[in-house]
Amino acid sequence: MKSHVFRPLWVVVGLVVIVLIFRFFYVPSDFGIGQRGYMYGWHRAGDATFWKNFPVSYNFGKDYCSSCHPDNYNSIMKSPHAIIRCENCHGPVGNHPSDPPKLQIDKRRALCLRCHYPLPYPTSGRANIPGINPDKHYPGTECVTCHNPHNPLEGLK
Amino acid sequence: MLVHGQIWTIKQLFVYPNEYIYWGIQIVMYPLMTGLVAGAFVLSSLYHVFGVKKLKDIARFSLVFSFALLFIAPVPLLLHLQHPWRGINVFMTPHFTSAIAAFGIVFSAYGAIVASELWFIYRKFFADTALPLKEKADKSLGEWIKFLIFCTLTLGAYDVSEEALKKDEKAIKILSGIGIPVACFLHGYAGFIFGSVKANALWMTPLMPVIFIMSAIVSGIALCIFTYIIAMELRKWAAARKKPASRAYPQSQEEMKSAEMSVIKMTTKYLLYFLLFAISLEFLDMVFRGYTAVKSWDVIRSVIYGRDFTNIFILQYGLGNFLPLVLLLMPRLSLKRTVVATVLVLFGVFMMRYNVVIGGQAFSLSFAGYMEYHIPVIPHNWDTFKEGVFGAVAVGIAPFPLFWLFNKIFPVFDFEESH
Amino acid sequence: MISRRKFLKNTVKGIAGAALPIAAIEFIDPKKIFAEKPDAKTRWVFVVNTYKCVGCGFCVKACKTENQVPYDAKVTRTWVERYVVLKNGQVFADSPMGARDGFTTSKIALGENKFKDINPKDIDKAFFVPKLCNQCANPPCVQVCPVGATFQLPDGVVLVDRTWCIGCGYCIMACPYGVRFFHPVYHTAEKCTFCYHRITKGMKTACVGACPFGARMIGNIKDPNDPVTKIIMTERVAILKEEYGTKPQVYYIGLDREVK
Repeated sequence: MKSHVFRPLWVVVGLVVIVLIFRFFYVPSDFGIGQRGYMYGWHRAGDATFWKNFPVSYNFGKDYCSSCHPDNYNSIMKSPHAIIRCENCHGPVGNHPSDPPKLQIDKRRALCLRCHYPLPYPTSGRANIPGINPDKHYPGTECVTCHNPHNPLEGLK
Repeated sequence: MLVHGQIWTIKQLFVYPNEYIYWGIQIVMYPLMTGLVAGAFVLSSLYHVFGVKKLKDIARFSLVFSFALLFIAPVPLLLHLQHPWRGINVFMTPHFTSAIAAFGIVFSAYGAIVASELWFIYRKFFADTALPLKEKADKSLGEWIKFLIFCTLTLGAYDVSEEALKKDEKAIKILSGIGIPVACFLHGYAGFIFGSVKANALWMTPLMPVIFIMSAIVSGIALCIFTYIIAMELRKWAAARKKPASRAYPQSQEEMKSAEMSVIKMTTKYLLYFLLFAISLEFLDMVFRGYTAVKSWDVIRSVIYGRDFTNIFILQYGLGNFLPLVLLLMPRLSLKRTVVATVLVLFGVFMMRYNVVIGGQAFSLSFAGYMEYHIPVIPHNWDTFKEGVFGAVAVGIAPFPLFWLFNKIFPVFDFEESH
Repeated sequence: MISRRKFLKNTVKGIAGAALPIAAIEFIDPKKIFAEKPDAKTRWVFVVNTYKCVGCGFCVKACKTENQVPYDAKVTRTWVERYVVLKNGQVFADSPMGARDGFTTSKIALGENKFKDINPKDIDKAFFVPKLCNQCANPPCVQVCPVGATFQLPDGVVLVDRTWCIGCGYCIMACPYGVRFFHPVYHTAEKCTFCYHRITKGMKTACVGACPFGARMIGNIKDPNDPVTKIIMTERVAILKEEYGTKPQVYYIGLDREVK
């Protein structure tokens, strides 16, 4: 005679079967052990594709801007500001000129102070960059009023 | 735009930009609740496995309470998760290199064990309740529902002969025995969750799982003693209002009182053993840290002996460990003193979890900065409710109404057991 | 009458069977479990030169914009720390908004809107340290993810699956470097991905592209001709928090003992 003591066991087994059936439908089929093994590679394989397809905003390529903006480009390339990328100050190029049609022109003092607030730190490259005291040097005025950012060493306006 | 954790974190000195107190009050509540589950079960097993006859009444009580707590224990986790509906992912694609993945297995196994043990204990009661209802020709709606519930609960096993009941007894003993290591694992893994995080200098110690288990057992026993006393007092009060010959309360008030004290005295003894063990482990951990003085010692010392001194030494060790120890060791133990002592013990266990979870986030990974936790009190959105005082209190109170409900199916007082 | 042995056996079998999800059967292939780094042709590594970094913060601005991390949120995939070591031995460090706006004051931010004025004459040395995800060879964050939402690819990059992350925060607690955070919009774990969408197309990461001073470089350690590989192999480089055994893959030139 089958003993009644196994009844709770059948209930548990039944619940497990239900969970496994649900799992079959819930878990994506590409979920499994990747090439880095179980500890570091347990994942849904399709996610790598998601991250590969994430939209690119910045170009940072050397000559993307030069063909349409030769004056500013040539000017800045002859100055110490040549190391600054166009997109550092003008924002991501995206699909400019189609989208966005215009890039930002940030004229705030804060942008220039990133490098030109003087911090004479020994052993740091920052000590080599000339700077101004923003509280004393024409406070409240935009730097570009007098300085051409694409040609900072030429005569002040 | 606020990020999670920003609203209740105050950063001081040098803290990394992305550091906030991400694990808040609900992560404090979670080990507290699972600890109560495990502790209550261990208490019940003291009778069923080790045959400590005096603990028969409180054993049944603790088992049902443990079951009620079991349903509340996952709630703090669900409240903490940023995506609670995806919580089932832990059951669907568990990554067993993570201690949290053990949650799915251990909880389910433990739930199955407690549910099965309760079934064996109450099977005769289910059968005895369902059969007369089955015979009854016209049932009211309430009686229909009652019949359906108890009929289902019997799982079709109506045989209440001596032979069958003996099998039940054996099953109970076995399940109780298996349940003890599972209960220990249930809370040990919670300690492992913290103890294995090498990035956190306060959490990282092999002692963490053991400290958690010991304090879990302490909290479970204390809660059961406390609730048992409250329940008995309520019954005595209800009995005093009814006629003395009432069927529901066959024992006289005096008999009830004396039955209580002997059980309480015995149970508090076990509470004391585990409390002493828990205190020794924490003391050991403290001594080791100070003695070895590794890189993190400077900042941890400033947290333990400086900023968190009151939380750790006054509240947790003083009020939560030392004072109840003294109260319980004093001769001529009274009910009032036991109630005070058990409440203090529960407070101490809560403070221990608080000091581990929040204390571990009180200092920055840079070891050169601090973070202060300001728990949201008045909620103004869902986030500040669930991770605030109201959310924590809701979780703390929830087991009691659930226990009252379960008492209707698994009555803990005054009925004939299967043995 | 059932024998005790049979009863015990069945009970244990039942509980074990009930507790083991089918997921377990998937990873019983030992070759798969113990897979070491296979012969991948690419393993991304990063070099940071702290002598060149001036703390302009263009890297942080570019990263936030490129990777759509909300600009005003106080979290960032990469940041720059400033360290100022005084002659009397005191060390001050800060990273206001993660250096999103650069360092435009000599006052050190101490939190709670308090600042420390520093007299330049008191400075022994001071420098900037950019930080980002180290894409560790033994990533503790991946180890502790309970659901397999974060993972490592064979080329070393560690990613987070936004559709699967449950938001428990265990990976954030497990990272010794503090690079992880909760994305304020998606509410899943987030961190630097070495601009995976860019490097897999032959571009550089946004932070490398943005840096005017060449303080950041990304390369492939498996390519002996890569300039980054040459630096790592021939110059004196250091890594962060070696004692945790995470094997980070961001190498620092000029890393000072004061760096936290």
